[in-house]
Amino acid sequence: MDLIFAGLEVLYRWDVVVALLVGSIGGVIIGAVPGVGPAVAIAILLPATFSMDPIVGLTLLLGIYGSSMYGGAIPAILINTPGTAVNALTTYDGYPMTLRGEGRKAISIAYTASFTGAIISIICLISLAPVLAKVAPMFGAREIFLAALLGLVLVVVSHRGQAAIAAALACLGIFIGTIGLEPVKYTKRYTFDQSWLASGVDLIVVVLGLYAISQAFTLMQGDDVKTRRVPLGGGMFQGLREVARHPRVAGVSSGFGVLMGIIPGVGEFTSQFLAYTYAQKTSKRPEDFGQGSVEGLIASESANNSVPAAAMVPLLALGIPGEELTAMMLAVFYVHNVVPGPGLFQNQMDFVMAIYLALLFLNILVMVFLLFSTNALMMVARLPNRFLGVGILTLSFVGIYSLRNSATDCLMAAAFGLFGFILKRLSLPIVPIIMGIVLGGIMEAKLRIAMARVKTPFDFIDRPIAMALFVFIILIIAVQIRGAVIHSRRLKEAQWATRPASTRFGMLLSRRKDSVLTERGKRLREARSMLSRPSTDKD
Amino acid sequence: MSDDPFLAGKGPQRGQILFALAFAGFAIFILSNLGNQTEWVERSTLFAQPGFWPGAAGAGMVLFGLLHLRGLRRGKGMRRPWISRADRAEARIWLRPLEYTAWFMVYVLAVPRIGHLPATMIFAPALTWRLGYRNPRLLWAAVVFAVVVVVIFKGLLGVKIPGGAIYEYLPDGLRAFALRYL
Repeated sequence: MDLIFAGLEVLYRWDVVVALLVGSIGGVIIGAVPGVGPAVAIAILLPATFSMDPIVGLTLLLGIYGSSMYGGAIPAILINTPGTAVNALTTYDGYPMTLRGEGRKAISIAYTASFTGAIISIICLISLAPVLAKVAPMFGAREIFLAALLGLVLVVVSHRGQAAIAAALACLGIFIGTIGLEPVKYTKRYTFDQSWLASGVDLIVVVLGLYAISQAFTLMQGDDVKTRRVPLGGGMFQGLREVARHPRVAGVSSGFGVLMGIIPGVGEFTSQFLAYTYAQKTSKRPEDFGQGSVEGLIASESANNSVPAAAMVPLLALGIPGEELTAMMLAVFYVHNVVPGPGLFQNQMDFVMAIYLALLFLNILVMVFLLFSTNALMMVARLPNRFLGVGILTLSFVGIYSLRNSATDCLMAAAFGLFGFILKRLSLPIVPIIMGIVLGGIMEAKLRIAMARVKTPFDFIDRPIAMALFVFIILIIAVQIRGAVIHSRRLKEAQWATRPASTRFGMLLSRRKDSVLTERGKRLREARSMLSRPSTDKD
Repeated sequence: MSDDPFLAGKGPQRGQILFALAFAGFAIFILSNLGNQTEWVERSTLFAQPGFWPGAAGAGMVLFGLLHLRGLRRGKGMRRPWISRADRAEARIWLRPLEYTAWFMVYVLAVPRIGHLPATMIFAPALTWRLGYRNPRLLWAAVVFAVVVVVIFKGLLGVKIPGGAIYEYLPDGLRAFALRYL
């Protein structure tokens, strides 16, 4: 209880309240505009918070981070276009409800489910805070290195069907993070004797390039989407009743969100997948899923909105971001001289609690704001795509140029924008690059510290947490390789579909042996041999 | 497309092989330059060498880039040509945003000369016009948007964007205001 009061004391300032208000309402508006997204907004606004007090700047950006998914549900439900990527599943059941004339009801359910997910998640975190404060100091350099490696491995394997290119892009991210002066020996790395590369590639430049500028290019390149205007039926308070009728779905889905949020590299998509599958399997009407199911909508929204608060656990306790938004938040913390990690939990627990409470308040603010402003937000969601592209390009300039007033940074961001545009065209993931830059830096620093203290390789994992993380990483990689081998066999079998024989290597050898030993085989080999003369005897 | 975790899976097929080839080529270039672009420091362990992480990253890029390429080739069928007509058409689409990059860089170079507000007030409606919008309401919306961006970011939030060189020609009182807020 003392901790909660200490946290409240940190937040009890007029500028923090204003930042919370602006951040949470701004986050909803940004989330409601398809194609902008919180990562872009945080990257653009980050330089604007340089001059603010750490808690004020952090609260502003935390507001955007925590509230954007609420706004993202509006276009997902009403025009079948997710406002943020994680609202994609919301379209499955939200839009069919709109077509049925229950748009307002669907939005209300989404808000209430999101609110439920967020509140459950924050309550879990506040209750867990004392435990985390005890566990966090057990993480030394090697544990943090292994946790960061685990995060990176999970990010890669979560891109099912694209693991190889996701791993390659994560390595590209690690490489980008190493460009410039090496921080300990001060030697140049991959600068190619160019002075503009000596200071390295700023994370904000990469994020704004890969997310904002590439999105602007994509929007300007495409056509404006014509949306159908469907009359909105249902009441704005019906959602409360519907969520109250399905407490099990909301509770379990939020639980999935909390669990998946805490594990670095997993995040919203996995939690939504698990929650949606669970809701469908346990529903009395599974056939309604994808056709406007209330339970499906509750599952997806409560699962995705319980992740942001939970994702703050590895970020605050270990300094390890779990996905691109928390990677951005890590940059926000560093800029404001707050170093997340075990030390933060040991020495500034009131600050940590203030962040949790800020998340709680912003959810309440957003809920109240949304209940009365959905119609106005619909106007924002219907902005023409290409015009939106102009807006994003203009705002990206502010974010990049205000960092160092460098035209070179802008050129680099434009190059990353072009690269991001290509990745988007090919549906290849961008997240591993960002995670590679952020986690690569952490891994390099921690490995150097850890290796200075170990004598044999086994010393690296001789502590229980390090051993558990190591075993977990090996297991994940083993499962992934097994999946690849099984798939490769299936692919071969599909190619050999016309043949009844087995495609296993052992069976192939066995058949070869049989062929070698039979009389007919001997005759055939003899006839086809390049070394033996063809027989001229007449039969 | 396949769902193999190590083979290329989701997404459209056009352009994939071109990207994979370019990526593998870049990765090999990066790894082959490890000796030139990093230094070996005496009396330091391997893990503390400045070249260790770029080397590990480069090796990972080469390994996974080639695995991705192999997966694409296997998925496509080894007998088909490496680069198809669809791949070449896709590559032409990749080049289209170069025009917007040029617009963006002209805007970037114009800001320190003519100032943030005038440059944005020209850039936003001009690009809106270029994108095919002729509706006066939308063009005026672009002008208003430009003003709002400058007022919020430079005027209120005080982001560090230098005043335009052109402001030096303004009268004293107005010059200080323009340099600070516009």
